[in-house]
Amino acid sequence: MILQDFIALSPILALGAISLVTMLAIAFGRHHARIAVFAFVSCLLTLATVPWAATAAPRAVTTLLVVDGHALLYMGLVLTATMVIIALSYRYLNAQFHEEEGVEEYYLLLLLATFGGLVLTTAAHFVSFFLGFELLGLSLCSLIGYLRTRRHPLEAAVKYLLLSITASALLLFGLALLYFESGAMTFHAVGAIVKQAQSVPALWLGGLILVLVGIALKLGLAPFHMWIPDVYQGAPTPITTYIATVSKAAVVALLLRFATEVEILELSPVVHLFSLLAVVSMVTGNILALLQQNVKRLLAYSSIAHFGYVLVALLAGGPPAAEAVTFYVIVYCAMSLGAFGVVTVYSSEGGDKNRVEDYQGLFWTRPWLAAMLALSLLSLAGIPVTAGFIGKFYAITAGVDAGLWWLVLALIANSVVSLYYYLRLFVTLFSEAATSATLPQQETVQRPAFMGWATVCSLGFVASIILLLGVYPEPLIELIRHSVSNLLMVAVQKP
Amino acid sequence: MSLWLLILIPILAAPFAWLGQQWSRSAPPWIALGALSVDCFLALLLGSRDHAVQASGHGAWLVESHISWIPRWGISLHLGLDGLSLILIVLTACIGVLAIIASWAEIQSRVGLFHCNVLLALGGVIGVFLAIDLFLFFFFWELMLVPMYLLIVIWGHAERRHASFKFFLFTQAGSLVLLVAIVALALLHQQATGQPSFDYADLMELTLSSEMARWLMLAFLIGFLVKLPAPPFHTWLPDTYTEAPTGATIILAGILAKTGAYGLLRFTIPLFPEAMSEFTPIAMGLGVVGILYAAVLACAQTDIKRLVAYSSISHMGFILLGTFAGTELALQGAVMQMVAHGLSTGGLFLLAGALEERYQTREMGHMGGLWAVTPRLATMALFFACASLGLPGLANFIGEFLVLFGSYATQPLMIILASLGMVMAAIYSLGMMQRTFFGRQQDSRSVSDLSNVAFGTVLFIAALQIWLGLYPRVVLSTAQPVMEQLARAAVALPSMSHPPSESLLSSNRTASQGTTP
Repeated sequence: MILQDFIALSPILALGAISLVTMLAIAFGRHHARIAVFAFVSCLLTLATVPWAATAAPRAVTTLLVVDGHALLYMGLVLTATMVIIALSYRYLNAQFHEEEGVEEYYLLLLLATFGGLVLTTAAHFVSFFLGFELLGLSLCSLIGYLRTRRHPLEAAVKYLLLSITASALLLFGLALLYFESGAMTFHAVGAIVKQAQSVPALWLGGLILVLVGIALKLGLAPFHMWIPDVYQGAPTPITTYIATVSKAAVVALLLRFATEVEILELSPVVHLFSLLAVVSMVTGNILALLQQNVKRLLAYSSIAHFGYVLVALLAGGPPAAEAVTFYVIVYCAMSLGAFGVVTVYSSEGGDKNRVEDYQGLFWTRPWLAAMLALSLLSLAGIPVTAGFIGKFYAITAGVDAGLWWLVLALIANSVVSLYYYLRLFVTLFSEAATSATLPQQETVQRPAFMGWATVCSLGFVASIILLLGVYPEPLIELIRHSVSNLLMVAVQKP
Repeated sequence: MSLWLLILIPILAAPFAWLGQQWSRSAPPWIALGALSVDCFLALLLGSRDHAVQASGHGAWLVESHISWIPRWGISLHLGLDGLSLILIVLTACIGVLAIIASWAEIQSRVGLFHCNVLLALGGVIGVFLAIDLFLFFFFWELMLVPMYLLIVIWGHAERRHASFKFFLFTQAGSLVLLVAIVALALLHQQATGQPSFDYADLMELTLSSEMARWLMLAFLIGFLVKLPAPPFHTWLPDTYTEAPTGATIILAGILAKTGAYGLLRFTIPLFPEAMSEFTPIAMGLGVVGILYAAVLACAQTDIKRLVAYSSISHMGFILLGTFAGTELALQGAVMQMVAHGLSTGGLFLLAGALEERYQTREMGHMGGLWAVTPRLATMALFFACASLGLPGLANFIGEFLVLFGSYATQPLMIILASLGMVMAAIYSLGMMQRTFFGRQQDSRSVSDLSNVAFGTVLFIAALQIWLGLYPRVVLSTAQPVMEQLARAAVALPSMSHPPSESLLSSNRTASQGTTP
């Protein structure tokens, strides 16, 4: 019995142990490259324990954690994305830091944040929920401000800290209210009270909505999105990538479990709230993205819109919704890794390349880098052969299946608006380099075009995922269906 | 599998065309030409080989290929070739060749990438003409847009960014509406049978409530009319056609516009015959408005490419008329018009592009009296102007005549109005000739006439026009089995005495059973 529990928990245990070892390794001897490789390998090892853990799943380990297909799938996603980000970080940090400044803790913090993410994917109890939430948030906070001598990262870190505190406060208050009404702390038991009662207690509902607002803040859904553009812009680019992918994927994993076990979509106020959030997110994200001249801000606003699409899929309810949400989030992670990855790599060559003008004519000077960005943009815009198209198709299918015509129409109208700014950036890649922009660019051209094998491998991996999912999504769909049935089954089986 | 070759040959040749730039400047166009000729030959081979099969009543498709793709949603890689697709694929290859010849001199920079994009776009179009799984159809439908967009935005004229944005946004908006309708159809199939399916044959069996059918038909219609284009969805067209490089304009006008008409014929009529027939007066009205409105605007243009662009909208109106008229004759006319319009507009745009290249202007006011300077160009322009105004003996005449003749019985008033379009066509076509080639010469520069290659190609297209004008049976008999089915689907429609669901079923059955006896 106990052994099975340990097997099921092995990814979390492994990453926790490795984080400790990493800390000791840094204490004994600082060496950037060694620690980076160490962090990468530890994620790889953790990932290797996931199939092993799957032999013991689905399984509830104590009341705090549930390890099932759903959790393991998201763990795989979180760990893979972390690995790509570690691979991209090394050169970026080398370019941004001087030799004597310590950069090794960066990797330690990254591992800890991922640890928080893993906890979130398995959380089925308020305590694990909150612990995972805080672990992720606090680690990220220091990571965002990691370039501690610059102004923008510090500003972003303070903003993120304030956001984190607000989210935690709302969350804690909400959880307290839920506990007050239901006397339980597991998701399932909290949901059970509503099924027994004739009407939903007002305080319970209030608590639920506070919790959802806390989650919405983390996901950056409008109108709780104010922090997103500033933090995305200010944070070091690999960390921006991390927030866009790992942190959001983990929170979505939690949201899915929470939504399924508490059955919040049965409650009409929640459905109305989510519909509103979805529409406002899509519209705000897309309209504001139109105005951006900064690539990171543009992608930040587009991420707000994308999570609006995710909400549309979520609102469909039932197995198709969970499938569509998971698929979309995986796809979104791949596209964001691609887009931000290119910004990271390009910025690793000296100076942050954030402005749209920096990318003018990139296709003629750096064809592979530009092709990667173009592919990610097409995917974000939802053009076929890329994963983004299948993702959008999935979301639309879930929406149409549930008869959410207005939301689907809003999604479509917004997709068309979003095309405009994706295309603008896309065209910039192909236009002739402007004369003012050529001077700094010549400097970069003289640098070796060789990008480093870690960069090439990681970007190549992301590109192949985007293309593969766009052309042959069936294996992933099968995997997701399996994990979703797992999620729903566990919810049903409990007493 | 051989059907996949039709799509894969241009797509696989595309990277070679790009790389070919390193060997020699003329390698990319030659590779592109080679790929298209092989494709055209293969299509003709496939089309001719299996006519016997079709006659024996084997199935609706001459050649079919079916591979499972995403079973979760009942999506498969399902291709089918019949007379209609065969005609359009051959047309695609011909227009593609024309576009490549037109770009030979015009495209000077990044030649490899240009031809790579041309091949990718054409590969996508051929996929559209072959796909009979609706998801796959949509896949190709979107796929051709990106290379087309790049063609306009990299090699286009001064206002290319604006024009290409407009092109992309309009077509994409239309496509997404279409996507929702396709998804809804598949889900309706799931409701009815428990299994989602995007397959053409499965969806034809579906019984739809008349309200649902109406909405879905409308969504399909919007998707296709944007491409066609019919007013009020046409505003992207003049800008795009004018700003695109000549080769891309030829592809846009000659082939891409046809994908919209093809969608109407292939999917909208068979899937929603009833809703279509209800909508007939409005759609035909749109067609007539398109014909007249665009013709009036064409008369007012001073920019030669814009003139041809508006004339193109006007001619596409006849296709819309023919499609909705629902009689076999009118449908045949629509197909004929698709081919004829592709050839004549392709030729005209090539000549307009040649003029622009020589005089660095598209304003007809700056031309005039060019007959003496460029006799070859002028003669061919006169020929295509005549083709475009529907001179008997040329292919356009057959198309327009069949459309008008075939639909007169059902909608006499509309047809009378539409035939005014042919009169207007004479006004703007001859006006264009007058302003550019006759009269006093404005520009005394001496420029070279059409090159031998270009002249040869245009002559070839002209010969095709005459051939089809005198002997239209080639096209008509190839398209006949398909058009018969469509006409039957439209005719078997509700007179008042039948309950709608029953008649829908029966019409579907005849359509899906396939071949002509």
